[in-house]
Amino acid sequence: MQLRVRALETVLTEKGYIDPAALDTIIEAYETKIGPHNGALVVAKAWTDPAFKKRLLADGTEAIRSLGHESRTGDHLNVLENTPQVHNVVVCTLCSCYPWEVLGLPPVWYKSAPYRSRVVKDPRSVLADFGLSLPKDTEVRVWDSTAETRYLVLPMRPTGTEGWSEEQLAELVTRDSMIGTGVAAPAKKAS
Amino acid sequence: MDSIHDMGGFDGFGKVEPEANEPVFHAPWEGRVLAMQRAMGYARAWNTDMSRFAQERLPPQDYLTISYYKRWAVAMEMNVIEQGLAGADEIAAGHALRPGKDLGRKLTNEVIANGFKRGSFARDTNRPALFKIGDRVRARNIHPKTHTRLPRYVRGHVGEVVMLHGCHVFPDSVALGLENENPQWLYTVRFDNRELWGDDADASVKVSVDAFEPYLEKA
Repeated sequence: MQLRVRALETVLTEKGYIDPAALDTIIEAYETKIGPHNGALVVAKAWTDPAFKKRLLADGTEAIRSLGHESRTGDHLNVLENTPQVHNVVVCTLCSCYPWEVLGLPPVWYKSAPYRSRVVKDPRSVLADFGLSLPKDTEVRVWDSTAETRYLVLPMRPTGTEGWSEEQLAELVTRDSMIGTGVAAPAKKAS
Repeated sequence: MDSIHDMGGFDGFGKVEPEANEPVFHAPWEGRVLAMQRAMGYARAWNTDMSRFAQERLPPQDYLTISYYKRWAVAMEMNVIEQGLAGADEIAAGHALRPGKDLGRKLTNEVIANGFKRGSFARDTNRPALFKIGDRVRARNIHPKTHTRLPRYVRGHVGEVVMLHGCHVFPDSVALGLENENPQWLYTVRFDNRELWGDDADASVKVSVDAFEPYLEKA
């Protein structure tokens, strides 16, 4: 595959359509700068700042833009709040839509047939694959990202974190907790 | 089109297997593919729905067996050829055999910030939305032969409008040509799990899709 991709890159470069130096910059950014740590900071801020949380739930794009993130999520980021009554899970059954700006590139499992096929039909069994078991009376809401809207889950804040700083809290926010296939790490893990 | 990419509800694919400490890319060429896609998008060589439509046209056995970024690469070759940007002979040769077209803009490090910006898909309209939050709507039983973003598993089923996102570029149209934006109102429609999967399904589950107005009718 390496050779086939190099052939395509050579053709597109010689044709004048792309600049390999710009490709290097994009790859480096996704490897080092754009990842779930961005989303974790957003979540930690929402946990500590009720006014920010309110804005985030009302208009995710606008609230995140106010933090200075470069937006590849455009105008269409929706934030879904997990509560003891409602647990949200995000999928793209048709391809791999994912909020890149706040979570980086999606993991392989998110783009895989097992996840895409099952989570809209039997989400609790999928959550079990991740070791997550929810109370029977919790409503599970599955959000299939079938347009250019993107979804970020705001997980519940772990107990025992009163008085923690945003930086400390961000350490507890896992990628999977922002997709909905996990919950935030318990307090003892990061203290 | 009713192809393998529309996976919601299929049985038999097995367990979800998360990879511990997963790298961003599993091989250097995967990063090149992703970055090329971004650069060609910046040059407006094609749009994201054209790229998706190319993948959807892969034979199902190929779609299922090749890796994610290989699917992207193969679709990109299709897009390059179909948009007349290079010939199959050039891709086979691994070199340009003829001069390129002038695309008008090119992603370089001078303008790289724009390469990370995702365009807005919202468009102005004077047309009022047909539905409002709380309305009961039925997903139409449609089976276009070309690209659509209405998954099969909701077609014919009744749900409730829970969000209204404004008027957005219509994927079914714009997949067929860069200029065919044909903006449509976009809603999030939520379905009861049992409406979709029958009385044996878990009643504590709701599933929503983002649906464009032409996908919906009053229930």
